[in-house]
Amino acid sequence: MSKMRYSRRNILKGGAAAVAASAFPAPMIWAQNIKDVVLRQAGTGVSAFNEVAAKVKEDLGFTLEMTALDSDAVTQRAATQPDSYDIADIEYWICKKVWPTGNLQAMDISKIANYDKIAGTFRDGKLTPDSVIAQGTAPHTVGFVEGPGSTTFATQDSGWMTLIPTIYNADTLGIRPDLIGRPIDSWAELLNPEFKGKASILDISSIGIMDMAMVCEAMGEVTYADKGNMTTEEIDKTIGIFMEAKKNGQFRAFWKSFDESVNLMASGEVVIQSMWSPAITAVRAQGVPCVYQPLKEGYRSWGGGIGLSAGLSGLPLDAAYEYINWYLSGWVGGFLMRQGYYSAVPETSKLFMSEDEWGFWYEGKAATGDILSPSGTVIEKAGAVRDGGSFLDRMGKVACWNSVMDENQYMVRKWNEFIAA
Amino acid sequence: MRRANLNSWLLAAPLTGVLVVFLILPILLITAVSFWTADEFSFRPDFQFGNYEYLFGSAVAWKVFGLTFMMTVIVWALTLVIGFTIAFFLAFHVRTQKWQMALFLLTTIPFWTSNIIRMISWIPLLGKNGLVNQTLIGAGVINEPLQWLLYSSFSVCLAFVHLYTLFMVVPIFNTMMRIDKSLIEAARDGGASGFQILTNIIIPLSKPGIMIGSIFVIALVMSDFVTTRFMSGSQLANVGRLISNDIGLLQYPSAAATAVVLLITVLLIIGAMLRLVDIRKEL
Repeated sequence: MSKMRYSRRNILKGGAAAVAASAFPAPMIWAQNIKDVVLRQAGTGVSAFNEVAAKVKEDLGFTLEMTALDSDAVTQRAATQPDSYDIADIEYWICKKVWPTGNLQAMDISKIANYDKIAGTFRDGKLTPDSVIAQGTAPHTVGFVEGPGSTTFATQDSGWMTLIPTIYNADTLGIRPDLIGRPIDSWAELLNPEFKGKASILDISSIGIMDMAMVCEAMGEVTYADKGNMTTEEIDKTIGIFMEAKKNGQFRAFWKSFDESVNLMASGEVVIQSMWSPAITAVRAQGVPCVYQPLKEGYRSWGGGIGLSAGLSGLPLDAAYEYINWYLSGWVGGFLMRQGYYSAVPETSKLFMSEDEWGFWYEGKAATGDILSPSGTVIEKAGAVRDGGSFLDRMGKVACWNSVMDENQYMVRKWNEFIAA
Repeated sequence: MRRANLNSWLLAAPLTGVLVVFLILPILLITAVSFWTADEFSFRPDFQFGNYEYLFGSAVAWKVFGLTFMMTVIVWALTLVIGFTIAFFLAFHVRTQKWQMALFLLTTIPFWTSNIIRMISWIPLLGKNGLVNQTLIGAGVINEPLQWLLYSSFSVCLAFVHLYTLFMVVPIFNTMMRIDKSLIEAARDGGASGFQILTNIIIPLSKPGIMIGSIFVIALVMSDFVTTRFMSGSQLANVGRLISNDIGLLQYPSAAATAVVLLITVLLIIGAMLRLVDIRKEL
């Protein structure tokens, strides 16, 4: 439609707004201005859903432009091109790398309405009062800074957050139960010669190294003081074991993007591999059996959140806070929970989910009816139970968090050698 | 005389300007950056040889360069044989020009879709449960699916040959079309066999086309990274992937150093080839 044409409806709307604006001056001017705000969000694909941007426009009035990139590219952009984004939708380990560059600004928790309802994992690291904090870059260790402008992380809740947590999950191996035909209960199975030429691992160094560490530890080959912060010797041993396996033809392929992992699994090229939760759903949606297998050593977990670019100020900054508060108010939470992720504020998400959905995704109960994906396709029939069970069962068994190590550069070099070898 | 001189300078100036700004400057910049130092996020001007030392000291880098060469030679040989045969058929066996053009255009049809699509479309064909394996198993030729069809050097080679043979066909066909047919008739009258005509007339006169095609294929294969990544399931690496890995990890100086070494290698190869055939003289 041509922009030059005035429809009757637009003129009426404009007139109504003008009347309202003169009746209630301040807030309406705000509402008019905010419509022109465009927030540019750069992030990993996990939470970049067009539905979210559309809902932002509907609920808040401003425009959210989303760019989805892989983890390395997001890190790169957040660290080197602070002017290219307003909101960084990143993982906590990325935050650890990016925060020291000063490209993000600390957020005042007094402006976050639902702060008190954010899961404990992100505040003091404890899911329940007696849970043990896992190895790696646990979100709460990089979740706070001393104050605005500070580039060092605070050890406890300081009132200034680096990222507002939005999404997290516990990852494990995905398997094809129909092609394996026996129970799998350990990370060590990834290198079991039985699956020669049928295994895969992801080619994203910072995450792949953690999966490797879970495997090596489960095999009893390497013991780590902290899997999330390995010594060079531990890195050498870990990568050495995998290089040997690669030489012996253990791996069919490595994957870098979500769709590659789905295709490898759905086509039967691979029967056991590192995988992400929605990829499992995507394989199942094709009618192919696929299980997100809980393993006795526990999960490799990750958490993401949204951070604000240091350059953000004035009205766009206010809009960004609006966005954050809206994010935590439940609609997005419900949306993400239906994808198999967890929301940082579960109790608000509950309001936007049916009882059956909440029972299936969060409480680990058997579904009483069909479980639908956000796009409306049936992904589970009545009676199905989520792999790994309830929220507390899954998030309570986290063995380590995605992380960035002191020896990161050494690790990356070794990783490249592993891929190139 | 002076005026003519000035005029030719002026005529050459726009192209020179474009080349300087878009080719020479970027290459100089890349070369300069290759001497810089980098840490995890930042890189700063410097003049040190650390990036090159690491590159030449790394066994993996040598191996990757070796693999890239090997792949280039294999792909070059295959595309040359296939491309030459197709061009030969089109130029000398198809009688009418109408059919020559029609068949020539036919060879370009696959190139109407993108590079990536042509590459990816091999995957469902070659996979464990792909069409080829299913057919072979169905025909009783094999019992177990062939693993090496996909995510192997074989599949990488296959994709390269598929992607780049046209770059051989076009220039060779072009030079062949310009061979004077009376030369061939004269040779035949003089009692030359078909093979002698091929080796004594057609191949020597097609050399410029062969060279141009070879330069295309060699430059394309040596600088590729995406075909190798997809068709080997990320299991093989070539020089392009070393560079893209470095870029992904913000190690621009190290990527620049690898790029400079790659550029020099390709230039040396092409230089050596141009010593063999003077393209300008033969065109």
